[in-house]
Amino acid sequence: MTLKEIALKNLIRRKGKVAFILAGLVIGVCTVVTIISLVEAMTSDINKKLEKYGANILIVPKSEKLTLTYGGISLGGVAFEMEEIREKDLVRIKSIKNAANIAAVGPLVLGVINVDKHKVLLAGTDFKAIKILKPWWKVKGNLPIENEVILGDETARILNLRTGSFIEINGQKLRVSGVLQPTGSQDDQLIFSRLETAQSLLGKEGRISMAEVAALCTACPITEMVKQISDALPSAKVMAIQQVVKSRMETLSQFKKLSYGVSAIVILVGSLVVLVTMMGSVRERTKEIGIFRAIGFRKSHVVRIIFIETAIVSGFAGIMGYLLGLAATKIAVRFFTESQSVSIPINFELAGWAIVMAVLVGLVSSAYPALIAARLDPNEALRAL
Amino acid sequence: MSFIVAENLVKQYGNGDATVSAISDISFQIESGEFIGIMGESGAGKSTLLSIMGAMNAPTSGNFMVDEIDVYSLRQEQRADFRREFLGFVFQSFHLLSYLTVAENVMLPLTTVKASRKQKRAMAEEALNNVGLNDKANRLPSRISGGEKERVAIARAIVNEPPVLLADEPTGNLDNKTKHKIMELLQKLNTRGVTIVMVTHSLQCAKYAQRILYVSDGLLVENG
Repeated sequence: MTLKEIALKNLIRRKGKVAFILAGLVIGVCTVVTIISLVEAMTSDINKKLEKYGANILIVPKSEKLTLTYGGISLGGVAFEMEEIREKDLVRIKSIKNAANIAAVGPLVLGVINVDKHKVLLAGTDFKAIKILKPWWKVKGNLPIENEVILGDETARILNLRTGSFIEINGQKLRVSGVLQPTGSQDDQLIFSRLETAQSLLGKEGRISMAEVAALCTACPITEMVKQISDALPSAKVMAIQQVVKSRMETLSQFKKLSYGVSAIVILVGSLVVLVTMMGSVRERTKEIGIFRAIGFRKSHVVRIIFIETAIVSGFAGIMGYLLGLAATKIAVRFFTESQSVSIPINFELAGWAIVMAVLVGLVSSAYPALIAARLDPNEALRAL
Repeated sequence: MSFIVAENLVKQYGNGDATVSAISDISFQIESGEFIGIMGESGAGKSTLLSIMGAMNAPTSGNFMVDEIDVYSLRQEQRADFRREFLGFVFQSFHLLSYLTVAENVMLPLTTVKASRKQKRAMAEEALNNVGLNDKANRLPSRISGGEKERVAIARAIVNEPPVLLADEPTGNLDNKTKHKIMELLQKLNTRGVTIVMVTHSLQCAKYAQRILYVSDGLLVENG
C-alpha cells in the first residue's frame, strides 16, 4: 500500500466529485487552449494574407522636393524631375542579409506618352513579379509579350480600346493583349507593357522609376530589411508600407489582450470549482483522515494524498482540455478567419503548457483544502463520528 | 521505571465558568506485557483517558510516558511517528476504509513505512493469519461480518508489531459468541508480549484483563 494507491483508489471511489473537478478544469484548459490556438491561427492567417497582399517595401529615387498630390489629385507645381534608379543596381537587393525573405522585386519605369491626343502614363514592369506584387490583378485577355500592352480599365474606356485593338506609341504599333479589370487604384488609368518595351518607347534604357518589393512578413523584420536595402542602394529612398500591417496587428493585439483576460477568468472559475469540490471532499473524509492520523500518518502524508489525487485529475484534465481545445479551434477557426485552409497542427509545447497549467491550478486550488485536512485533530475527527 | 506511566493527568474542556473536567488528577503505571481493562460509566472519562494514552489528546496538565518517552513533549509530527511505532488502535466501530480490501486495510499503517511491497504484503498476511482471516484478504469490508471486521481492525492494529494495543470497546457491537472469540484473540496477543489497554463496559470482557482501572467522574477510583 502506498500513498499513490490510496489516492488512486479514492479517485475511483469518488467518481462524481472527480467528474466535477475534471469538468471544471477541462472547461478552463479547453477555453485557454482554444483561445491561444485561435489567436495563433488568426495571426498565421493574417501573415499569409499579408504575404499575398503584395508589395510591402517601395524603392523610389531620392528627392529633396515635396510632392503636391493628395488622394490622386495633383495640385501642380512639381515636375517629375528625379534622378532615376539604374536597373542593374537592383541586383544588389539580392545580396542583403535577409535576401531569403524577399519574394519578388518588381522594377517599374514610368513615362508620359500620347495616344490619340490623350496623355497617358505608360508603365513598364516585370510581369513575373507582378503576379506576386499585385495578386489581385485580373486581366481580361493575356499578359503582354513583346510589342504588346495591357490597358487599365479606365484607360480602355476613355481610349475606347479593347483586347485585340492596336495603338500607336511614339510611332510604334502595339497590340492590346488584355484589359485590366477595375482595381480601384491608379493602375486603372495606366498602360502597361513589358519593362524593356517601355524603356525603349520612353528612351529610358537601363533605368527604372521605382521598384516594389514583396517581403515574406511571417519571418522577416521589415524595418531591418528597409535599412539593409537602403544600405545596398544609397542613391534610392526605401520605404516600408506598414499602415495595413500595423492596423491589422493592432487589432489582433487587442483581441489577444481580451482573450487572455477571458482565459484568466475561466481559469479562476475552474480553480474555484476545484477549491469548493476539494473542500467538500475533505469534509466528507473527516473519518478517513482521522484514521490516517490515528495510525501514524503525518500531516505531510495527508497533504500528499490530496495533492496526488488533484495532480492525477488535473493532469488528465490538461490532456483532455488540450485535445478538446484543439477540436474546438478547428471548428471556431472557420468563423474567425475567411480562409478555409488554416491548419491547426498539434502543438506539443502548448499541450505541455496546458498540462502544467492544469496541474498547477489544481494543486494551488487544493492547497487550502489539503491544509485543512492536515490540520484535522485525529481525536476530534474520530470523536465527531 | 514502568513501561507506561501516567502522572496527575488532568483534562479540561472549555474556558472559565464553562470549564468541564473530563479527568482529574489520574495517575497509574502499567508494566510491559500487562492486559489492562478500563471501566466506568458512560461519560466517566474512559475514552478521554484512552485518547490521551493514544497520543491524540494532550492533557491539560500532567505527564504521560511510554518507554521513558514523555509523549506530550513531542512535536505533533513526532507524535504521529510515535503512534505508528508504539501504538495499535482498535476502534469500537472498526473504522475500516470501505474502498480498500481487507488486506489493504491491514497494510494501511505500513503505508509510510520503508519496506518493499512484498515485505508489506507478507506482514499483512501474517497479521491476518494471527486473526484467522487469511482467506478473506481480498474482500471488501462490506463483504465480511461484524466479528470479522473487528478481527481485521485488530490485524491492522498489530501489523507493524507495536508494543501497545489500545482498544476502545472492541466487542461493543458484537454478539456474545463473537465477543468471546475476539477476547481470546486479544489474550493470545497479550501472551505474546503485547501490552493491551482496553476500555470496556462488559464485565465478561473485563475478566480477560489482569488489572482494572475503574474511572468515575473523571477520577481513578479503583486500580487493581
